[in-house]
Amino acid sequence: MSEPLLSVSGLTKVYRGTPGIVGRLMGRPTLEVKAVSDVSLSVERGEILGLIGESGCGKSTLGRTILRLHEPTEGAIRFDGIDVAALPPREMKAMRRRMQIIFQDPYASLNPRRTVADIVGLPLQLHGLARSKAETRDSVAAIIEKVGLKTAHLDRYPHQFSGGQRQRIGIARALVSRPEFIVCDEPVSALDVSIQAQIIELLSDLKRDMGLTYLFISHDISVIGYLSDRVAVMYLGEVVEIGPVQAILERPRHPYTQTLMSAVPRVEAEGGRKRVRLMGDLPSPLDPPGGCKFHTRCPLATDLCRSRAPVSQSVGIGHHASCHRLNESFNLLEGETA
Amino acid sequence: MTEPLPGCLLEVAGLRTAFHTRAGTVRAVDGVDVMVRRGECIGVVGESGSGKSVTFASVMGLIRSPGRIEAGTIRFDGQDLRALSPRQMRAIRGRDIAMTMQDALTALNPALTVGEQIAEVLEAHDEDLPRRGPARRRAITDRAVEMLRLVGIPSPAERLRQYPHEFSGGMRQRMMIAIALSSRPKLLIADEPTTALDVTIQAQVLELIADIRARLGMSVVLITHDLAVVAEHCDRVMVMYAGEVVEEGPTQAVIGDPRHPYTKGLLASIPRPALRGEKIHPIKGQVPDLINLPDQCRFQSRCPEAGPDCLARIHMHPAGPGRRARCIRRLDGGQADE
Repeated sequence: MSEPLLSVSGLTKVYRGTPGIVGRLMGRPTLEVKAVSDVSLSVERGEILGLIGESGCGKSTLGRTILRLHEPTEGAIRFDGIDVAALPPREMKAMRRRMQIIFQDPYASLNPRRTVADIVGLPLQLHGLARSKAETRDSVAAIIEKVGLKTAHLDRYPHQFSGGQRQRIGIARALVSRPEFIVCDEPVSALDVSIQAQIIELLSDLKRDMGLTYLFISHDISVIGYLSDRVAVMYLGEVVEIGPVQAILERPRHPYTQTLMSAVPRVEAEGGRKRVRLMGDLPSPLDPPGGCKFHTRCPLATDLCRSRAPVSQSVGIGHHASCHRLNESFNLLEGETA
Repeated sequence: MTEPLPGCLLEVAGLRTAFHTRAGTVRAVDGVDVMVRRGECIGVVGESGSGKSVTFASVMGLIRSPGRIEAGTIRFDGQDLRALSPRQMRAIRGRDIAMTMQDALTALNPALTVGEQIAEVLEAHDEDLPRRGPARRRAITDRAVEMLRLVGIPSPAERLRQYPHEFSGGMRQRMMIAIALSSRPKLLIADEPTTALDVTIQAQVLELIADIRARLGMSVVLITHDLAVVAEHCDRVMVMYAGEVVEEGPTQAVIGDPRHPYTKGLLASIPRPALRGEKIHPIKGQVPDLINLPDQCRFQSRCPEAGPDCLARIHMHPAGPGRRARCIRRLDGGQADE
């Protein structure tokens, strides 16, 4: 197999909070949140890797750390054979042309005081990709039409657009520099169902036409299941399971993935589907549980789970999970129906 | 409106609520009928701006200037709510009809403890409490503890003394449900109770509502944009679009065989893992501007089946047992309602 477009190993991102002057005088320790903890994964060229998990699990931080919008604390990021984590600022800037991001909130991510032409044209200026104003405008017009807007929209401001149209502007901005890799950070979560479907269709068309590779972050299993080739499941900063989309949806091995799958409401009635009830809330990332981080909510937890963190094991072709009880081939989704 | 139907708790007919803004009159709710039977759970589905929240804010008497209820009757438990004085309405609101809001953090009072917020409801509405003195305070505390226990909040006696910011999102939504239920309402209106929550927490909150509904025999109106939530939890469903009900009927029937092109489009827009590799069929275009809408089918501009005859005012037509739809393409031989 050829080298993956992106590979990340041992990536860790720690945020440190200062306890404040009073706290420091009283000798309180610095607060630490390990938002991303020792994550290793790769994304093949032309693939969509879905990244799923609940709020606060670190999926957005992972996406942004890969692009070095947040500096990694530890670990390596290789993109097309280049060690991105070690690039000096100048070269990193050039690299950003090839790696882009689409944000969740189409209201907060566009400058309200710039026209669409300025917003979408900015990456071209920054990377020196257009020789003249006319050339910038031509490239911008071409991409604007590609995302389903009209050239008549170019001189308007973001507030004159609906949420779905704004998301199209954000997509145009990400694509105008002809990148190869896009982090899609919950790009459809803020949109209504019918508009969400339009944007999903647009993103899959663009991927095919422009030969893109996506890291697609979402909390919505239906969206991830529809779009992705492979899926990584995150819990409290760690990837607990990763594998081909069919395997993750149909034969999830980690108890957290199984719980997540069972919690999704479905439109079609399915006989015999069991709902696994997950007790309690996500533990605070400031004070994560020791051992396996999922043990506080896991119906299968044993003493071993409480004391020692599991390591990732292969459970199928390209399918890995981190759980002490994988060998017992349990399935929380089978058995009596609820 | 004639005599109320037997078994009917809430009956709204011909409701029109408009907002008079400088840009023009927004007909947010335009001729909406709702019927909720005793003990029933009805789902109200629609995208942003469909009028689903405004309809039930109107029922609760919560419409403020520049909004106004322009027409229609709202009968609740034999009383005409629109004929009541503000004082009489206050006695019903919160006691017989309770509402929970989507965003629990803004709906709760940050300066009062949870216990104080439950006590407010009891003070205002509970006539069984001892008149005064320590006995009254003790009775209120006991009831508050009982409510928190009912919604599954661990160590309720200690939690009563905490403030909303000390709870997680799922816990806050539970608290709001506890506050809403503390007066033992006959009808609970839950406005997007799980939209801000993660799937595992969403499953917990929806099961909680279903469980309490069964135990207290109350009726529930579940306002949501998620058809899958409706499919799993509601007896009947009402689909709203641009201020009108476009389809209603038993949930299984409507989802299994939608009669209105909008309902069909919504269902086809949901990305499903089962549809991998196939195209999804999003509804084209966007919701029309509600200002100065002409008297015609409101979905006409986005409808794949629209024709010149759709440019007239379209009424609800019978569409099968217990079903109605606002579309002239699928007449079931019955007469249109006026």
